[in-house]
Amino acid sequence: MKLKAKLAAALSALALTASAASAEAVKVGMITTLSGGGAGLGIDVRDGFLLALKQAGSDVELIVEDDQQKPDIAVQLADKMIQSDKVDILTGIIWSNLAMAVVPSAVNQGKFYLSPNAGPSQLAGAGCHKNYFNVAWQNDNLHEGAGAYASKAGYKNSFILAPNYPAGKDALAGYKRFFTGDYAGEVYTQLGQTDYAAEIAQIRASGADSVFFFLPGGMGIAFMKQYAQSGVDIPLIGPAFSFDQGILQAVGDAALGVKNTSQWSKDLDNAANKAFVESFQAEYGRLPSLYASQGFDTANLMLSALKVAAPADADAFRAALMKADFASTRGDFKFGPNHHPVQDIYVREVIKEGDVFTNKVIGVALEDHADAYAADCKM
Amino acid sequence: MSTLLLIEQVLNGLQSGVMLFLMAAGLTLVFGVMGLINLAHGSLYMVGAFACATVALLTGSFWLGLAASLAAAAAAGVLVEVTVLRRLYRRDHLDQVLATFALILIFSEAITFTQKQLTGTSLPMYLDPPALLAGAVSLPFGIQYPAYRLAIIVAGLLVAVGLFLLIGKTRLGIRIRAGESDREMIAALGVDIDRLYTLVFALGAALAGFAGAMVGAIQSVQVGMGEPVLILAFVVIVIGGVGSIRGALWGALLVGLTDTLGRFLLPLGFAEVMDPASARAVGASLASMLIYILMALVLIFRPTGLFGARP
Repeated sequence: MKLKAKLAAALSALALTASAASAEAVKVGMITTLSGGGAGLGIDVRDGFLLALKQAGSDVELIVEDDQQKPDIAVQLADKMIQSDKVDILTGIIWSNLAMAVVPSAVNQGKFYLSPNAGPSQLAGAGCHKNYFNVAWQNDNLHEGAGAYASKAGYKNSFILAPNYPAGKDALAGYKRFFTGDYAGEVYTQLGQTDYAAEIAQIRASGADSVFFFLPGGMGIAFMKQYAQSGVDIPLIGPAFSFDQGILQAVGDAALGVKNTSQWSKDLDNAANKAFVESFQAEYGRLPSLYASQGFDTANLMLSALKVAAPADADAFRAALMKADFASTRGDFKFGPNHHPVQDIYVREVIKEGDVFTNKVIGVALEDHADAYAADCKM
Repeated sequence: MSTLLLIEQVLNGLQSGVMLFLMAAGLTLVFGVMGLINLAHGSLYMVGAFACATVALLTGSFWLGLAASLAAAAAAGVLVEVTVLRRLYRRDHLDQVLATFALILIFSEAITFTQKQLTGTSLPMYLDPPALLAGAVSLPFGIQYPAYRLAIIVAGLLVAVGLFLLIGKTRLGIRIRAGESDREMIAALGVDIDRLYTLVFALGAALAGFAGAMVGAIQSVQVGMGEPVLILAFVVIVIGGVGSIRGALWGALLVGLTDTLGRFLLPLGFAEVMDPASARAVGASLASMLIYILMALVLIFRPTGLFGARP
């Protein structure tokens, strides 16, 4: 009798602590790039994410760490966050090579990973996972939009270049998937390369009628500045990464009129986006970039699912994420079967508003666009 | 492939070569005269770039920035020489590598901190070339080449000539060469060896700062920009022969040209014998190894480098 009572007391005590644990704040680990040439991207993702948490008055506990754009450091941070901080959800990684180093092991340990940026093809196809959600895009998407736009605009002969790493290969594959013309040249550069004189000389001599390039972060700034100094005037096309809010001020007049493709723009006409652009400017004193919008959407997606279930209840939480029941800054937003977005890809043009360089939407490149790898995903 | 394109690529190789020379010259002088391996040389390059970008941002003048970069890098050089490096000349190379590696970390954090205080962010800074050198110029035979890169080539070659005159024709140069071959003897002859060392170090630092400022205007100015260049500069002095200014010049031009032309020609060459897609991948990968292969070959056939005198 006594023993039974004791056991019952112990069990009820356990149940109490269990329910107390679930009521405890959810822990989120953000691994992102806050220093070096790629710092602008990580800072914007973080700030967008923080803004959404603040607006919701959320009690989510967020741990932010800088990966310095190095895969080994990202892996160490992930291990620390999973093992000693005991986070429930991971997010934040900007670069695909870092995502490939961190995401597979994190989701296999039962954690959720919500990607605010990197979307390597491997994780969208055969390597997809039920706990991995990409809130930004599959890497190829914006490049596919650029290819579709270049064909529509009547270009026949493109020179294409990208860095020699997973996302660079995805970029050129994406452009080629939708571009119908020929190629005057195709070049892989080194990741982190800062001097593009040799490539620009090849572009000048190639006889191309258009140049498609994917060079994220500081690489794109260096390329654009050197391209402007070189006197080559073949029109440039690129994904939004090289013409984003943070970069445009550095590139200056050289970028005016350049067409670029994006899933988001600050002038997209929906209520969530207008409120986001306004509040971001009020909070941080600068215009948001697409990275900021991705961080903001990622946080809001997470918050929408947390309202339904805790991450500890993995199946319910996953189902809630899949519903994507939140007001995205992109307007309509839904997930495809491989947990990657199905969304419109817009064409933007770089303009000058007063003293500030920014983008304006001029059309839609691809509507309700899903990625090319979903069929390979067996979840 | 046209001749024009090839000439333009040779100019690009020259431009990257003379910038490397400015870095390698300081490194090889310091190693030759004081026997010091200075890993923090890349940090002085970064200091020069940041000084130029900050002053150009504040005053709107690239030229003032350039002057500031020389002054700031030389001052930083003197500071670390007097406070830290002076104690290391007699220690073995491992101690020197450890201490100067620590200096890299200290410099990087100090720059990040100072930049945050001054500008409020730690994002990369941008430096535009002076208006005088914006855009492209037409050279004979219809070559279009960026004016600023041409100016870099000219400035680099002028500095090289000046350096040869300084080392070969002046009293200071004689002392530097004497210090290189026998430092006890020159001290015994009454030359203030401490002052000479500080002077040589300041000269090397100023050259690195100058290179940083010049290159800063075509790339972005960011923390950590010095280390990739430092590795190349070490390759240059190994190829040229440690301690030799002439070796640094030829080594730098050789590395600049090999790297640029390799990146451009190798993918084309492989395309002759295999399908284009794998030719591009193989070519690009091999091109990034090319200068190290060159270094290995030089070391096999001339273990002391092309112009290295001492065994």
